[in-house]
Parts: sequence; C-alpha cells; structure tokens
Amino acid sequence: MVLEILSRYGRVFLCGGIVCLIGQILINKTKMTSARILVTFLLTGVVLEAVGLFDPIEKFALAGITIPIIGFGKSLAAGAIEGAEIGLFEACTYGLRAVAGGLTAAIVFGFVFAVLFKSKSKSA
Amino acid sequence: MIDAKSYSAIVKEATPRTQEARTLFTAFCVGGLICMIGQAFSDVYTAFVPLDEKSISALTGMTMIFIGSLLTGIGVYDKIGYYAGAGSIVPITGFANSIVSPAMEFHNEGIVFGLMARMFGIAGPIIVSGVCASVAVGFIYFVIGAVGL
Repeated sequence: MVLEILSRYGRVFLCGGIVCLIGQILINKTKMTSARILVTFLLTGVVLEAVGLFDPIEKFALAGITIPIIGFGKSLAAGAIEGAEIGLFEACTYGLRAVAGGLTAAIVFGFVFAVLFKSKSKSA
Repeated sequence: MIDAKSYSAIVKEATPRTQEARTLFTAFCVGGLICMIGQAFSDVYTAFVPLDEKSISALTGMTMIFIGSLLTGIGVYDKIGYYAGAGSIVPITGFANSIVSPAMEFHNEGIVFGLMARMFGIAGPIIVSGVCASVAVGFIYFVIGAVGL
C-alpha cells in the first residue's frame, strides 16, 4: 500500500519534472517568452490527444502530464473528438465545453484576486 | 568600440554556466512538486466527491488554478517563479499566473480598460490557439467519420 503510493507519486514527480525540464531547456536555449512556452505545450497536448498518444502516457504519468498545460490542450482535443461523433456543430463546440470549468475558474479567480490585490511594484 | 558580434561573444563567455544548470534542477523539482500536489487533490476528490472521472479532473484543474491565482495575488508565485522558471510556468498554475499577473499590473488603469482588458495579454494567445486547434481536430475527426474511414 505504502509502496504503491510512493511509486504513484514518484512517477508524477518524475514526469511532471521532466515536462518542466523540457520547458526550461527551451527557455535557456531559445529565449522563448512564457506565452510562447505555454502555447507550444498546449498545442503539444492537442496533437498528442489527436494522434492517440496522450492516454498511454497519462496511464503512467498521471498528474505529471495532466497538470502541465499539456493537459489543458488534451481536454480541448478530447472534447472535440467526442463531439465529432455526434455532429459537426458538436465537433466545433465540445472542445470549449470540455475546458469550461478551467476557463471559468481562470477568469473568475483571476478577476477576483486582481481586484483584491494590486500590484505593489508597479503602482504609481 | 566593439561590434555587436564580439560583444555578444563576451557576454556569452561571462554568463555563468552553473546558473543554467541550476535553473534546470529547480524547474524539474518545482514542476514535479506542483504536479504531485495536483495528484493529491485528484486522489482526495476521487475518494470523497461523487463525480465522474472527467469532472474530477476538471475540478482538480480548477483547484490548481485557484491556488495559482491566490499565490500570485499575495505575491508568492512570482518569488517561486524567480527560482523555478519553467517549473512555475508550464503547470496550469502558471496559466493562472499569466492571467492574474497582468490583471494586477494594469489595475491602476481602471477596472474595465485596465484590469479586464489586459487580463488576457498572455493568456489570449493561449486560448485562441487552443480553441482553433480544437476546432481543427474536431473538424478532421468529423470528416474522417463522415467518409467512413
């Protein structure tokens, strides 16, 4: 039981670490900005899900691959693929539906916390 | 006077290599740690919240976004980011940070045209590229399904 939990969280740490390590290598070598890094990883997630590689990776990596923004791209693609089985309208709209929770949280929490806390260093 | 080429060569030589190695190490550790926290939330939700797998995973993402926003608000996340680099950018908490950080910065220019308008300075490209890619994937899968491959 304890060993199982250790191996589980060990895998998450290892895989999540490797994903971020790749990001850091990209930053060090190409001087990419954080927006470019995030877009690159998001699209990687979309592609991985579209070609069916995401699920086998997730089986091993668990949150190590879903917590990085790759997982956000995966949800977008997975929603679209699910919708495509129903019809063209669903194929176009189910992607956003799948990430509705995450986007809502990002917008609402982002708004609330930005209203509550002002940037100290930049305040005139 | 020195030309730009030899100047950048001097800069490259003077920049310590150890700095680069250290950022790789901290990015790995902090990134791994954030993912472990996400896994812990996911495990707890799976055990105690009566929702299906997809909703649990969405809930986990929302929790991490909440934590990322809060830590950015109280000024802790940027301190972590200083050491962690990509370790704090790549996880979903970094996405939250990329929304809250500019929103706080432009709060001084007003709520509507400062905070609300500038919130998506970094997140905008991410959302646009993600949604467009998702529609493209959905369209391709629909066409493949329609022609019966």
